[in-house]
Amino acid sequence: MTETELIETEHIETKEEIELRHLDTLCTNESQLVHPWWYNFKYTIVGIIFGIVFVKAEIISWFRIQEMFQLTSFFMYGVIGTAVAVGAVSVLIVKKLKLKSIYGEDITFEDKKFNKGQIFGAMIFGTGWAITGACPGPLFAQLGSGYSVIIITILSAIAGTWVYGKFRDRLPH
Amino acid sequence: MFELLKQPWHWAVSGTLIGLIVPLLLILGNKKFGISSSFRHICASCFPGNVKFFKYEWKKEIWNLFFVGGIIIGAFIATVFLTDPANSIRIAPDTAGILNSYGITDFSSLMPVQLFNWSNLFSIKGLVFFVIGGFLVGFGTRYAGGCTSGHSIMGLANLQKASLIATLFFMAGGFFSTNILIPLIFKYLQ
Repeated sequence: MTETELIETEHIETKEEIELRHLDTLCTNESQLVHPWWYNFKYTIVGIIFGIVFVKAEIISWFRIQEMFQLTSFFMYGVIGTAVAVGAVSVLIVKKLKLKSIYGEDITFEDKKFNKGQIFGAMIFGTGWAITGACPGPLFAQLGSGYSVIIITILSAIAGTWVYGKFRDRLPH
Repeated sequence: MFELLKQPWHWAVSGTLIGLIVPLLLILGNKKFGISSSFRHICASCFPGNVKFFKYEWKKEIWNLFFVGGIIIGAFIATVFLTDPANSIRIAPDTAGILNSYGITDFSSLMPVQLFNWSNLFSIKGLVFFVIGGFLVGFGTRYAGGCTSGHSIMGLANLQKASLIATLFFMAGGFFSTNILIPLIFKYLQ
């Protein structure tokens, strides 16, 4: 790691900067520790496992999404329902036992305040979800699965995110 | 063992493994499971423009891009090494019937190859299914403050009311799209 990189990663955020980073976002990094960048490869390994599950679970399939919204198959409801149940029990265990991360840091949870984005934004995403047959995770998995044209969908999603950021202040929240 | 892996997995097995990603990320580094933010981090790191929404410490969230990179690699591994081509997806007959009426007849792979291919890119179908669809996913997830991973799995697992509302409206949008919008698209774009 070069010296400039080290300084950049050790930039201490102001409260305002932290709030901006957390804005309209659930999946955030709450850790206060500073590690070399290559420590992040452990998340690549988790991602690899996850990518395998995505494909084997067939939830990256456009067909499965159509089934779900046509109510012709229980499959997707089974996958998501089980995932939520397992996730909820896990979170409960982590909270009750006050588990710490492997670096000894407390695991923290933040409550997210409701805003109108969870209605309007969610409807817009739901509409796109059924058209593309994929939420963001499966989009990346479709690409890895060899459906190279999905790169266009991903670039469009990045463009959509950018446009949202640009006009965020003018949208009802 | 390997042969077992190559078969299609039961939904309960897949669901359990997806659910376990939540505590795994928490224990590895107090990270909250979610994926749509990766689009925002790409905006912030590559073309923030002069938009305040993208001027945050994206380096703090770079783990999410490493995670997403892993998903691409994992999907590749699963498709090349862990999938039995003779054992392809089995679609509900009712859905197959409806899709047949749209002209989708090839059910041999996870995606309808008649729709998702490069030759459709510059047609109206391509515009709708790749460009507009993707745009709605990117715009909608950020406006909603998360996607199926962040709200419907992490958020619901953490009993967040906002995430429950978001999930209900994800579903509402999906039902509208599949049952009203997509039939119209195929009716007028054939």
